[in-house]
Amino acid sequence: MNIIEVEHFSLSYSDGTEGLRDITMGIPANQITVMLGPAGGGKSTLMRAINRLNDLADVISMNGRITVDGLDVNDPKTNLVELRRKVGMVFARPVPLPLSIRQNITYGLEVAGVTDKTILAEVVEKTLRDAVLWDEVYDRLNDPGVALSGGQQQRLCIARTLALDPKVILLDEPTSGLDPISTAKIEDSLQMLKQRYTIVLAPHSVQQASRTADFAAFFLQGELIETADGKDLFTRPKDKRTQDYVEGRFG
Amino acid sequence: MIQQRTTSESKRLTQKIGFSLLGMVAALTVLPIIAVVSYMIQQGAPAITGEFITGFPSDGMRSGGILPAILGTLYLTLGTAVFSVPLGIGAAIYLAEYAPENRWTRAIRIAITNLAGIPSVVYGLFGLGIFVLFLKLGTSILAASLTLSIMTLPVIISTSEEALRAVPNSFRVVSTSLGATRWQTIKRIILPQSLPGILTGIILGLERAAGETAPILFTGAAFFLPRLPGSPMDATMALPYHLFVISTQVPGMPIKIQYGTALVLLFFVLIMNIIASVIRSRARAKRMW
Repeated sequence: MNIIEVEHFSLSYSDGTEGLRDITMGIPANQITVMLGPAGGGKSTLMRAINRLNDLADVISMNGRITVDGLDVNDPKTNLVELRRKVGMVFARPVPLPLSIRQNITYGLEVAGVTDKTILAEVVEKTLRDAVLWDEVYDRLNDPGVALSGGQQQRLCIARTLALDPKVILLDEPTSGLDPISTAKIEDSLQMLKQRYTIVLAPHSVQQASRTADFAAFFLQGELIETADGKDLFTRPKDKRTQDYVEGRFG
Repeated sequence: MIQQRTTSESKRLTQKIGFSLLGMVAALTVLPIIAVVSYMIQQGAPAITGEFITGFPSDGMRSGGILPAILGTLYLTLGTAVFSVPLGIGAAIYLAEYAPENRWTRAIRIAITNLAGIPSVVYGLFGLGIFVLFLKLGTSILAASLTLSIMTLPVIISTSEEALRAVPNSFRVVSTSLGATRWQTIKRIILPQSLPGILTGIILGLERAAGETAPILFTGAAFFLPRLPGSPMDATMALPYHLFVISTQVPGMPIKIQYGTALVLLFFVLIMNIIASVIRSRARAKRMW
C-alpha cells in the first residue's frame, strides 16, 4: 500500500535550474523508503515538495501530481497547515527552536490550538521516549533546546516531529553531522518508528542506505533512475549509474 | 634560523605599534563625548536644584525652573512613540517577513532610506503645512508628535527590519514544517527573538525625536507658557526649543541656566541610551542561537 504517490512530477527553480524532472514513484506505508544519490540530485527538493516547504523557496513552476493519503498537495484548496501536520520533517542540521526542550516539543501542538496541560505533558514524555532521549533530559525539560549536544538536538527534533502524530516523517540526511553512536541511536529509533509511521529517509551514506532501506530510490541530477524493494538496489542494481554510485565510483 | 627569528620579532613589533595606534585612535573618539559632558556638568551643575527641575520659569525665564519644558519633551516623546512604534514595527514586519522582492518593495525601501536623509527643518515645514494648517490641528502636542513620528519612522523601520532579518531563516522553515502559519511563526518565534533589536531601534529613534528643535518649531513648541498643557491639542514648551530660546532670544540670561537646561536634555537622552544598551546586552546573554 502506497501512502504517497508521485506522478510525473517536475519542478524548476526561479533561477532557471531544474529541480526535478518527471518523477513517478510510490512510497509504501509503514516502511523506510530511502532516497539516495549524490548532492543536488533532487532528494531534498522532492521531500520539500511533499510537505510544500518549497513554498518558502523560489520555485517557479511545478507540474504533475503528488498525493499524500489521497490528498493532492498542490490543490489550491489543500490546507497546508494540515498537510504539514500530516507530513513531519527532520532536517540535516538540527535546529531547536529558541525555546525550552519542553516547548520545542509542544510547539506544533500549541500552534494547532492544544492547550490542555496534561495532554501536552504526556506527549512530551511519550515522544521523548520514542526518540530515545527521555532518560537524558527528563530532569531538565526547561533548559533551552540548544543546550543539548548535536545528537541530542537531532533526537529532540525527531521527538518534536512525532508530537504531531504525523502519517509520514521525512528525514533529510538527519545524521550527517552526528557521531557514529548518535547515528546508531537514530537508526534504531527509525526501525521502531516505522511500525507506526511511514519513513522517508535521505541517508548520508550508501552504507546507511543499505542498512536501513525497505524500499530504495536512486536520484541523479533531478531524475529518478530506478527504484527497488529491500536491498536489491544495492546488491542487484539494474542501471549502470546506480551500480557505479552504490559501489562508490562517484558521488 | 637567527635570520628568521629577527624577522618574526620585527613583525611582532610592527604589529604592536599598529595595535597601539589603533587603540589611540579609538581613545580619541571617546575624547569629544567626555569633553562635552564634563563641560556641561561644570557649567550647568550649579543650576541644577530641586526648584530648577520642578518649578516654572520666572523673571522672563531668567530664573526659576524648567518643569514645563521637561514635561513637554516627555509628552512629545511619548506622543511620537504612540504613532511611530506600531507603524514602524508593522512596516518592518511587512518588509522583512511578507513582502516579495519586487519593484514595489524596492521603491518602498528607497523611500524609507530617503526619508531618513531629509533635513529635520523640512519635516517641520511639512508638519506645519499638513498637520497644523490642512488638518487644522493647530500648533499642538498632537501635531508636533505626528511630525516627529514621520521623522522617526525610517529609523524604527530600518533597525526593526534588520533585527527581524537577523533571526536565522532555519527557524522559519522549522516552524512552518511544524504546521505553524506565517503569523504564528512571527508572533511566537521571530518577534520575541528580534525584540531587543527592535527596542534598541525604537529608543534610538525616540531619542533623536526628543532632542530635535526644527520639527517642533512650527508645529507645537511654545516660547513660553505660564501653565502646563492640559490636552494633546495644546502647545507645549520643550527642552530643545527652550534651550534655543534662552540661548538666543532672551537678553541678560544667566549662563548657568542655559547650561543647566542643556545638561537636563543631555541627561534625558543619555538615560534612553543607557536603557537601550542594557536591553541589548541582557538580550545577548539570553539569546538561544
